[in-house]
Amino acid sequence: MSIILDKVNYVYSEKTAYEIHALRDINLKIEDGEFIGVIGHTGSGKSTLIQHLNGLIKASSGGIYYNGQDIYDSDYDKKELRGKVGLVFQYPEHQLFETTVFADVCFGPKNRGLSRKESELRAYTALRSVGLPEDYWYRSPFELSGGQKRRAAIAGVLAMDPEVLILDEPTAGLDPKGRDEILDQVAKLHKERHITVILVSHSMEDVAKYVKRLIVMNRGSVLYDGTPKEVFAHYQELEEVGLAAPQVTYLMHELRMRGIPANGTATTLEEAKQSILQAFSS
Amino acid sequence: MNFIEARKLVHEYIRRDEDDNVESILTALDEVDLDVRQGEFVAVLGHNGSGKSTLAKHLNVLLAPSGGTLWVDGKDAEDADNLWEIRQNTGMVFQNPDNQIIASVVEEDVAFGPENIGVPTSEIWKRVERSLKSVGMIQYREHSPNRLSGGQKQRVAIAGVMAMEPKCIVLDEPTAMLDPNGRTEVLDAVEELNRKKGVTVILITHYMEEVVRADRVYVMDNGKVVMQGTPRAVFSQVDTLKSYRLDVPQITLLAHELQKAGLKVPQGILTRQELVEALCQLY
Amino acid sequence: MLRDITIGQYYPSNSIIHKLDPRTKLMLTLVYILSLFIFQNVAGFAVVTVGLVLIILLSKVPIGYMVKGLKAIVIILVITAVFNLFLTPGETLVVFWKLRITKEGLKNACFMTVRLIYLILGSSVLTLTTTPNQLTDGLEKSLKPLNKIRVPVHEIAMMMSIALRFIPILIEETDKIMKAQLARGADFESGNLVKKAKSMVPLLVPLFISAFRRANDLALAMEARCYHGGAGRTKMKPLKYKSADGVAYLVMAGYFAAVILVRRFF
Repeated sequence: MSIILDKVNYVYSEKTAYEIHALRDINLKIEDGEFIGVIGHTGSGKSTLIQHLNGLIKASSGGIYYNGQDIYDSDYDKKELRGKVGLVFQYPEHQLFETTVFADVCFGPKNRGLSRKESELRAYTALRSVGLPEDYWYRSPFELSGGQKRRAAIAGVLAMDPEVLILDEPTAGLDPKGRDEILDQVAKLHKERHITVILVSHSMEDVAKYVKRLIVMNRGSVLYDGTPKEVFAHYQELEEVGLAAPQVTYLMHELRMRGIPANGTATTLEEAKQSILQAFSS
Repeated sequence: MNFIEARKLVHEYIRRDEDDNVESILTALDEVDLDVRQGEFVAVLGHNGSGKSTLAKHLNVLLAPSGGTLWVDGKDAEDADNLWEIRQNTGMVFQNPDNQIIASVVEEDVAFGPENIGVPTSEIWKRVERSLKSVGMIQYREHSPNRLSGGQKQRVAIAGVMAMEPKCIVLDEPTAMLDPNGRTEVLDAVEELNRKKGVTVILITHYMEEVVRADRVYVMDNGKVVMQGTPRAVFSQVDTLKSYRLDVPQITLLAHELQKAGLKVPQGILTRQELVEALCQLY
Repeated sequence: MLRDITIGQYYPSNSIIHKLDPRTKLMLTLVYILSLFIFQNVAGFAVVTVGLVLIILLSKVPIGYMVKGLKAIVIILVITAVFNLFLTPGETLVVFWKLRITKEGLKNACFMTVRLIYLILGSSVLTLTTTPNQLTDGLEKSLKPLNKIRVPVHEIAMMMSIALRFIPILIEETDKIMKAQLARGADFESGNLVKKAKSMVPLLVPLFISAFRRANDLALAMEARCYHGGAGRTKMKPLKYKSADGVAYLVMAGYFAAVILVRRFF
């Protein structure tokens, strides 16, 4: 299973004064079961990119293939695709509308034409997997706290039983604990249910900690595509496009400049700690 | 007297049912003491729901206390006669940049505050120009706010407050909805106002990295002030902070971990440079 | 389609018309619209045409840009013309099967079409040369006498300008919520009317909640910036009549007199 993007271009407001070339010749292959991070500053095209993956935006040119099938074929079922590629937008709690959390989570599966029983079963599983305690399920979504609302909204997408889960800055506006809880849940989902996860984030520390492959977007093109280590090795180039590496990566480089043999490729706190301790014990 | 003095400040959100019987009481502020000197940069830290936003709204008299006293700039906040003076002297910037810009042109929005307090026209023009310059947004004066980035909108909001020439600005999670570049933009602007113009700053946030710039930090949890001190003193207590659902900057955390592993790194490291220096001395 | 409507869009330039006080422009527009319904013959038509062409030239808005605005009302124009053409009684000119074209019908059709076109062109000069904010300011000040009969003029003007600021934000928001619900498999298009109406619930509920939250935030922000109604408020850009406005009022009076005279004596 895979998603392939072949020379995808997208132009907003084509042939008007406001024309913006949001994506330029994007070639990507996303394999089954990957955990991918997408970074890029605001306006780099990352939001446009992820909306292509579930067919919400149609490319101006180029092709997208889901499991080998052209999603722009006239007889391709777009609704089915949206079920398979679940997209959690930024501030997803703003889309909650039902009278109870549970009913809201059932919205997706019902739209896929599932029976009531089947929909409720899906909702159960989804709410469990985001770790929302059962006492909240039958309350109005508007009584929940920010972090809980966010989980309910993510469950609403998970209930579609997607093969690919895309999250656009799922931790925006949450406090540190809420942030860690959401990201840990997502990592767990990836591990236990083997869902492909694509995480759009502004936090270098978060992507360094969780993802295995990192895609850097800049001005509508893919600037880098590799493991976080490979990508963050380009920390100077990243800065030129308004991005940065995790703080510890800078620290390791500065230590090396001062003659301490620290590991320059460390991107997480744990790696940095081990490498510094090693340097000091030898 | 301090610029802001809160003594045992209490705020209760009371929910009533249809018959006006009290259904539940939520104590958002629980006997909070707060002291801020003129010209200080104070950060208030706390997780979502810790009461920090409620505190911010009191400083601008957008809420009235259920108990305790609050004095702002030597004036009792409970006295209705002081309302407009306090609001003018402690400006407020909110979280969502879109929902606090009123006009469709940047300069007209900045003028909104001075217009309300009856500043003469020629003086408004001077103030608008000065405040837009002070946040580096003067070249956008004739733009529509809709086409600005989040960080730029937030700087316009700050200019709008500065045009009222307050002695203090209270920023209620001004960066929560911004990307990292926007966040830096806004904080740099705030820090400059504090350092160069001597404006008292109260920054409410849950981002640890932002707190490092402050002179003093208050940590709130469950409506109470649970810690206070310099950023260094507060961040040296990593485990206590974690128990309040908070975090420390990654570098501080690394220093803390190294210390636990036996390296003699000093307490409360705040910046990369400090850690590099400390490690070089040990090596 | 929406892009074709030029009414309500501002065209930045520094022409004489742009610099006029919005109150003057409101008055000019009012008098101009009146004149459209006063003229009844070719001579009157000529006077009105001269007036319109003069204003358009002075405004420095490209003619092509203004004519584009007419596209939106082509259907209305055709319907008006057809009705007038066939349904006006009078001296018969031609007969097609059961339809009769009269001399009066032909005249009415021509004049009504011209009136409508001139109405759109004339009023779009107002909106193209005046920013929405100036327009609300102008309305507020022109309608101020109504304050005496307890019409909250300031509040109405404030609401109008806030609405103008938030319309684009809410349109963007609608688009976002729609996409989010589409991603959850929502269908806004198929089905009969009842089903379509029901499918709007997941869009409208979040939109209303968001609008209320924004309104609440905005009210708080306005209060924090010492807003307390119109009393004691000063203005950054107060409306002041300049000599150009005086000239404009004189020209307007002359024009109006000409229109009336032409109607009486030609």
